[in-house]
Amino acid sequence: MAFEGLADRLQGTMQKIRGKGKVNEADVKEMMRDVRLALLEADVNFKVVKDFVKRVNERAVGQEVLKSLTPGQQVIKVVKEELTELMGGEQSKIAASSRPPTVIMMVGLQGAGKTTTTGKLANLLRKKYNRKPVLVAADIYRPAAIKQLETLGNQLSMPVFSLGDQVSPVEIARQAIEKAKEEHNDYVLIDTAGRLHVDENLMGELKNIKELTKPDEIFLVVDAMTGQDAVNVAQSFNEQLGLTGVVLTKLDGDTRGGAALSIRAVTDTPIKFVGMGEKLDAIEAFHPERMASRILGMGDVLTLIEKAQANVDEEKAKELEKKMRTATFTFDDFLDQLGQVRNMGPLDDIIKMLPGANKIKGIDNMSIDEKQIGHVEAIIRSMNKHEKENPEIINAGRRKRIAKGSGTSIQEVNRLLKQFDEMKKMMKQVTNMQKGKKKGGMKFPFM
Amino acid sequence: MSFFKKLKEKFTDQSDSVSEKFKQGLTKTRDSFAGRVNDLVARYRKVDEDFFEELEEILIQADVGFGTVIELIDELKTEVKRRNISDTKEVQSVISEKLVEIYQGDDGADSELNIQEDGPTVILFVGVNGVGKTTTIGKMAHKFKSEGKSVILAAGDTFRAGAIEQLEVWGSRVGVEVIKQAEGSDPAAVMFDAIQSAKARKADILICDTAGRLQNKVNLMKELEKVKRVIEREIPGAPHEVLLVLDATTGQNALIQAKTFKEATNVSGIVLTKLDGTAKGGIVLAIRNELSIPVKFVGLGEQMDDLQEFDAEKYVYGLFANLVEVEED
Repeated sequence: MAFEGLADRLQGTMQKIRGKGKVNEADVKEMMRDVRLALLEADVNFKVVKDFVKRVNERAVGQEVLKSLTPGQQVIKVVKEELTELMGGEQSKIAASSRPPTVIMMVGLQGAGKTTTTGKLANLLRKKYNRKPVLVAADIYRPAAIKQLETLGNQLSMPVFSLGDQVSPVEIARQAIEKAKEEHNDYVLIDTAGRLHVDENLMGELKNIKELTKPDEIFLVVDAMTGQDAVNVAQSFNEQLGLTGVVLTKLDGDTRGGAALSIRAVTDTPIKFVGMGEKLDAIEAFHPERMASRILGMGDVLTLIEKAQANVDEEKAKELEKKMRTATFTFDDFLDQLGQVRNMGPLDDIIKMLPGANKIKGIDNMSIDEKQIGHVEAIIRSMNKHEKENPEIINAGRRKRIAKGSGTSIQEVNRLLKQFDEMKKMMKQVTNMQKGKKKGGMKFPFM
Repeated sequence: MSFFKKLKEKFTDQSDSVSEKFKQGLTKTRDSFAGRVNDLVARYRKVDEDFFEELEEILIQADVGFGTVIELIDELKTEVKRRNISDTKEVQSVISEKLVEIYQGDDGADSELNIQEDGPTVILFVGVNGVGKTTTIGKMAHKFKSEGKSVILAAGDTFRAGAIEQLEVWGSRVGVEVIKQAEGSDPAAVMFDAIQSAKARKADILICDTAGRLQNKVNLMKELEKVKRVIEREIPGAPHEVLLVLDATTGQNALIQAKTFKEATNVSGIVLTKLDGTAKGGIVLAIRNELSIPVKFVGLGEQMDDLQEFDAEKYVYGLFANLVEVEED
């Protein structure tokens, strides 16, 4: 049931068009229908889609696509560019008041993740900007909301200001700022109760808090899974409060997150941060280009690269490259590499970030058996140094010993040895090809 | 057409507060949705391609999955052809007939809760983060309590800060016992304890809370399977209901949620929450259509008695109340 991304959709249309040599306006229209469907399935608001498709269509018919020899790719390129542009640049700055404390108000619907995000932001302010924030428990309605914030404050060793659930949120905010001044806290993060954008009383309460505290930032916290209604919610909060930024939460799920585009389009407010998990450091700056890829179902290569960069040791990588070139890659190196890949997180997550991964049948149900990798590791660890460096010496007797030592079977050992051998051969080929390319010799049919 | 009359009659006799609540809760939904259908019908005299295209758009805006929309529109087109309808006003009734049909489903799935005559009925709640599981449990406990049943709650969300306290507040509000362990403990162990208590105290209903989890977190879904296994082992046939809580504001991802949670825990029904906002929760249509999971309850507000049993006809009545009035003119 994984929804088809734009690339997959266009592929179908392209097959129909292929062989015509050139595309005409009717073909473009068909492609635009694919664009429309892909965006709708990603939960981009319907009106936003309409405007967007109109713009892309103009550009496409304008010429870029019509003249192109690869119209399908050209459409994707145009769509991605337009999407990225629509979502604005990267703006993850947080305001700093010239007269501290800086006040940040967190608002949103119930269950969007305001309290968790408040904790994450405070953590970020302290870690990255060296600030001294105080958390303010202004959600007096939901049972144990105050307790939740206090627990987060505890985990972060950060002060939480609370007056219980019998004092009005406006009064809580007022006293919190007074206290922050006394205690020299330079940031005040007000966690307000979740509310419906159509609840006049509760929206009035937010307006009162705003009037009194004159916040430097008002962040709307939105669940990335929100559907068509995201537009109404964002518009309503923006009209009544004047938002300064949006935080998109639960983006570690598998939603396409089209709400991001809708919100941006109707409020013209930057999306500043995204929530990527339940841990208190799982907050990241918003990257429009990555979001564009995600909405289009094109995989999140950049995040993957970033993850790899953060986890792979530069030195080791260089060494490895050399070994691959000289074909002296051993089982020790293999083990090393396995470890580094595993450091990047659960393999399932990594694979899902690959573009086209959702095209593979059953990938959404697939969970990679981490145990299998454990077996491989055990087998390698059961080899002695000599064997690891010269796998060709591993004869039947040695295989038996290794299988026994690793608690696996001879078949498994055989399989690994065979795979390793193939891998080495492939490396040799690749390096040979690269050598050839440098001389300008080799060319591939698909290049 | 008689369809609206029938609906109307059915509900005007029934002056009970439930219908009223449904109507109130769905006001926002109805105003925009039905209003737009009305508008559409008024603008188009003839049923043509453009008409269907616009109808398609309205349904998409209600978060009805795209596949379902296409299917619905196709069926409508066939129906319109078959009955030889050209007047848009008549199409209106066909639309709602089809909607009710889908909501009711012909898969035999029941929207009644599976309550055991003797021994505790175990109800397991599952869902992603922030959909309103704990709140719904509070409301449901209240409902059972006021029906004279004895209820025990199991605080199985040992992960989120303040989750146990939140359930405890509901417990004391409603006046039912909450079985808990420390934050961070094994949820399966909490369930084990709760089942022993439920058996010892001969409770009628045991409602189990679990931590919210995104459906793509394999480990967390495995944990949920374990929780269910423990319940199964302790009481054969339990859990008698596995209710997936869905936020009405959620878009297409709700379909994937339903599918994945169904695979892990064999979900028997859906509770659609936050239907008192402007969101339409149209995705339940797709879920019913593609996965045969019925909606059993809807959350229409934050009060204790704002949990209502789902009734497809009432739901559609709520959506189309304006149309019923239009019909009368």
